[in-house]
Amino acid sequence: MNVYAIKAIYLFELARTWRTLMQSIASPVLSTSLYFIVFGSAIGSRMVAIDGISYGAFIVPGLIMLTVLTESTSNASFGIYMPKFSGTIYEILSAPVSAVEIILGYVGAAASKAILLGLIILFTAQFFVDFSIMHPLWMLTFLVLTAISFSLFGFIIGVLANSFEQLQIVPLMVITPLTFLGGSFYSISMLPPLWQQITLFNPVVYLISGFRWSFYGVADVNVGLSLAMILLFMASCIAVICWIFHTGYKVKV
Amino acid sequence: MQAIIQVNNLSKTYPSGFQALQNIELEIRRGEIFALLGPNGAGKTTLISIICGIVNPGEGTVLVDGLDIVQQYRKARQRIGLVPQELSVSIFETVWDTVSFSRGLFGKPADPAYLQQLLRDLSLWDKKDSKIMTLSGGMKRRVLIAKALAHQPQILFLDEPTAGVDVELRRDMWQMIRRLRDSGVTIILTTHYIEEAEDMADRIGVIRAGKLILVDDKTSLMQKLGKKQLLLQLTTPLQQIPVALAGYQLQLSADNNQLIYTYDAQQEQATITSLLRQLNTQGIEFSDLHTRESSLEDIFIGLVGDAA
Repeated sequence: MNVYAIKAIYLFELARTWRTLMQSIASPVLSTSLYFIVFGSAIGSRMVAIDGISYGAFIVPGLIMLTVLTESTSNASFGIYMPKFSGTIYEILSAPVSAVEIILGYVGAAASKAILLGLIILFTAQFFVDFSIMHPLWMLTFLVLTAISFSLFGFIIGVLANSFEQLQIVPLMVITPLTFLGGSFYSISMLPPLWQQITLFNPVVYLISGFRWSFYGVADVNVGLSLAMILLFMASCIAVICWIFHTGYKVKV
Repeated sequence: MQAIIQVNNLSKTYPSGFQALQNIELEIRRGEIFALLGPNGAGKTTLISIICGIVNPGEGTVLVDGLDIVQQYRKARQRIGLVPQELSVSIFETVWDTVSFSRGLFGKPADPAYLQQLLRDLSLWDKKDSKIMTLSGGMKRRVLIAKALAHQPQILFLDEPTAGVDVELRRDMWQMIRRLRDSGVTIILTTHYIEEAEDMADRIGVIRAGKLILVDDKTSLMQKLGKKQLLLQLTTPLQQIPVALAGYQLQLSADNNQLIYTYDAQQEQATITSLLRQLNTQGIEFSDLHTRESSLEDIFIGLVGDAA
């Protein structure tokens, strides 16, 4: 195991975050704070509680998930796309590193950043709404697993993307709608029966439901199923990445 | 002594169907400077990219210091540093960070003292905290060299290292390459400046349309393929070459003032004595004489000319 290489890639990626501090940390924190102000405090104060939880508190897990999903995807995809775009990938390809080490570096850094952001938002939320965390360990488990899974997913997008447009289209056009429709702002039990069924095809529903359970002990779907879905998604991403590295697809001719 | 790089029967066809390399057989000797010459698109960069691990080999094998580049890629790649042709470097980083990154990537623990010396040798030390985007093209090129040397490789590949580099910097760069060779590093380079290869290289390989058409010591290559010419400045112009001198390969210059005698560099030079004696007998006098050798460039054009 080339530990120095993993460390080098990991630190390089975190340094990139640090260089773009405003864009990578301040802006998600600001936009989430706006959600809390608008939906949590202003509108939320006039809404009825869902499952006995005040609306402001109800949206906390969903908002954290929204940020964690988009940030881990876009970060990991950008991290591996940039060297491809600028040509510096030659160095990674010529280095004595294995696929696993490359992934640990890039995905590890993207996931770390997403987790850190999630925790910052969690901390920020305290200033706007009252909430408690019933199962802190499970909360961390869901957070970490989700960040890793979607960083793997982002890594795949970054490898496959041929342009900056393709790079951004998935977080914008897929992740954000799925998260909004996945129960960030409502319980799926509030939907008409048909839509409840359709919604179950949205993988993000399981993530948000499980994550919210770790906060308040209530869930839209069984928490075991939530966990299973995250693991399944993670396993699928790992399988695709194995295939990419095995065939050299889009990386090496 | 075992070759430091051994290329056996290497072929590469790209997915587009373009065959970049055909049955390449090549041995690079430990500690030499090897120049790989060839026209654009001949396969130089493909060959280097395969040895360095950037492009997958098609058929054939490559051993680096006895290690297979596919099976034992970790150990093989640790021995190699690569300076690419393009100025591909992460422009938002500082010089120090990018060089430290390269060292780590190649599996070496941090060694600030070595990196400091390296940057000093490349006249980059006072720029160590500068972002790369603020550097000139020549400095970026040196940053790439520093990155390639950050893990103390035994073999250094330089793909067109002096392309777009000004004369002074080019001279500095060659001095540095000589110093590296003196410290035991094997150097493989490609260049368009053939006079540089002539000046620097111990051995030369010529690649044309994916085939290695020649590998030889520079000096023996120059001797074997080089022509020599003796130029005689005549005191009075000649209208034609006298019949008595027809046995020699003589030419008359356009202004009829110069006799040009072309001879094989390998041959005994006794013919020159007899030619001069003949000129004396014929009463042809000359005011000056000098010889010239064909350059590596002349030889190179002769070799690849019909394909280039």
